Amino acid sequence: MEKGIIIAGSGGQGILLLGRLIAYTSMLEGRNVTWFPSYGAEMRGGTANCTVLISDEVIGSPVVQNPDILIVFNCLSLERFLPRLKREGTVFYDSSLVTPEKCGRPGMLDGCLHSVAVEASAEAARLGSIRFANMVMFGAFLRVTGLSGLSVSEEALRAILPDRHHDLIPGNLRAIERGYGQG
Amino acid sequence: MPGQLLMKGNEVMAEAAVRAGCRFYSGYPITPQNEIPEYLSWRLPEVGGVFIQAESELAAINMVYGASAAGVRAMTSSSSPGISLKQEGISFLAGAELPAVVANVQRGGPGLGNISGSQQDYFQSTKGGGHGDYRLLAYAPFNHQELWDLTMTAFDKADEYRNPVMILTDGVLGQMMEPFVPTEYVPPGLPPKDWVLDGCRGRPPRVIKTLYLGEGELERQNLKLQKKYQRMKEAEVLYETYMVDDADLVIVAFGIAARVSLSAVRLLRRRGRRAGLFRPVTLFPFPEREIGDLAEAGRRFLVVELNLGQMVEDVLLAVNGASEVRLYGRCGGSMMTPEEVVDAAERMESLDTRRRVRVSLK
Repeated sequence: MEKGIIIAGSGGQGILLLGRLIAYTSMLEGRNVTWFPSYGAEMRGGTANCTVLISDEVIGSPVVQNPDILIVFNCLSLERFLPRLKREGTVFYDSSLVTPEKCGRPGMLDGCLHSVAVEASAEAARLGSIRFANMVMFGAFLRVTGLSGLSVSEEALRAILPDRHHDLIPGNLRAIERGYGQG
Repeated sequence: MPGQLLMKGNEVMAEAAVRAGCRFYSGYPITPQNEIPEYLSWRLPEVGGVFIQAESELAAINMVYGASAAGVRAMTSSSSPGISLKQEGISFLAGAELPAVVANVQRGGPGLGNISGSQQDYFQSTKGGGHGDYRLLAYAPFNHQELWDLTMTAFDKADEYRNPVMILTDGVLGQMMEPFVPTEYVPPGLPPKDWVLDGCRGRPPRVIKTLYLGEGELERQNLKLQKKYQRMKEAEVLYETYMVDDADLVIVAFGIAARVSLSAVRLLRRRGRRAGLFRPVTLFPFPEREIGDLAEAGRRFLVVELNLGQMVEDVLLAVNGASEVRLYGRCGGSMMTPEEVVDAAERMESLDTRRRVRVSLK
């Protein structure tokens, strides 16, 4: 088993954190993982993306040309990375922000065998903060891919988030469960 | 695996340095290595160490010279253009026989180049780098476990040989995260440093210098250094092989290019090609004897590196005409895919050039 995942959106949407959460939970499930960010002149509001590789074998290059899974949070990222998705791949998109119509390209997902619309930002807003959108998406991702169980999420969040943000863990877990229900 | 951590490669090196007893770091910011100084800026004060963001690379490396002369385990890091700026100081460290650890998280060059991962500083790391006839012990880790282990080893070897040690890595390994086990640091039991400048009350003064003006003095110093490099060649060569026993074709690659090549070897094996991987872990000393033996036994070589032909020269010297050597390189911060390496290997298979030494680009 080897799955290449590209996660993309705008700086500040929690793209890199979502990637780390996917990598960390898979590590807890006993798999080999790599996480590789876009880096350099990154800023809030600019583009952000990262690549996660999950494998039962030792991982070679952490760079993925054609991902099995694409998770996007804005139109720019969908347009940029969709052509690179494997034919049988799955695209998850935050349908509060990204739909073919909203992107001005109504037929763009027609050739896509597996696409999953997740109302991530809207659901996050209902939970009290749009900043939970990445966690809602993570819940949906878990439900659809089955790559790791819901149960390891809390342990992963504890390890990834700095101590000063641990008060946000219950809210994050609620968002993950809500997303799991949507998936 | 229990006890695994998931950290960026840069942070792995920084924490490993602290565990190995590094108590002085000085550096100047540059992408893609900034997580090293960022991490050490809060971590070193926790253990009573000193972190200094210097006003320049020159200042940083010379502060390392001072800390090392005072007997402290000292480190600096940078990325390619910054490492070029530090070469004068590295030459002085080598000349003064001062231990230090220097990490180069390589990016594309020449000049400012770009911020992507690269392996274009192989020559600089293995053939001296600065002026004068000196060598660094150079390690090329290829995963986070090795970043951890070899950073610790680097401090021990720097003290053992009283010589600067280079950790040659790149932007991809530095920026990526993967699990590793933070094994405990075990001190190797080195003799006390009887050469440090710690105040000479009650003992004769000591001198640490690189200037030798007396008749034949500098030549004697150079010959002494050469003996040290010779000892490294005899005792410090590290390498790893993967499926070379029955291989016709051996890919030689280090660092991140070795990871891509490992994937390529698996793909080649699935296609029934007898391919293997030879991975130098030390770049100086280079595993020349081992590669020479493989050449004598009839293996052909494809060198894969993120430059347009640097390590390939050491492979050619090691092979010494006994077999065929080719190069597949990508440059300027671009990364090869395993499929491209497979293509390069298969192009080589289709050529009837056995027993002829040839180097070609792509």
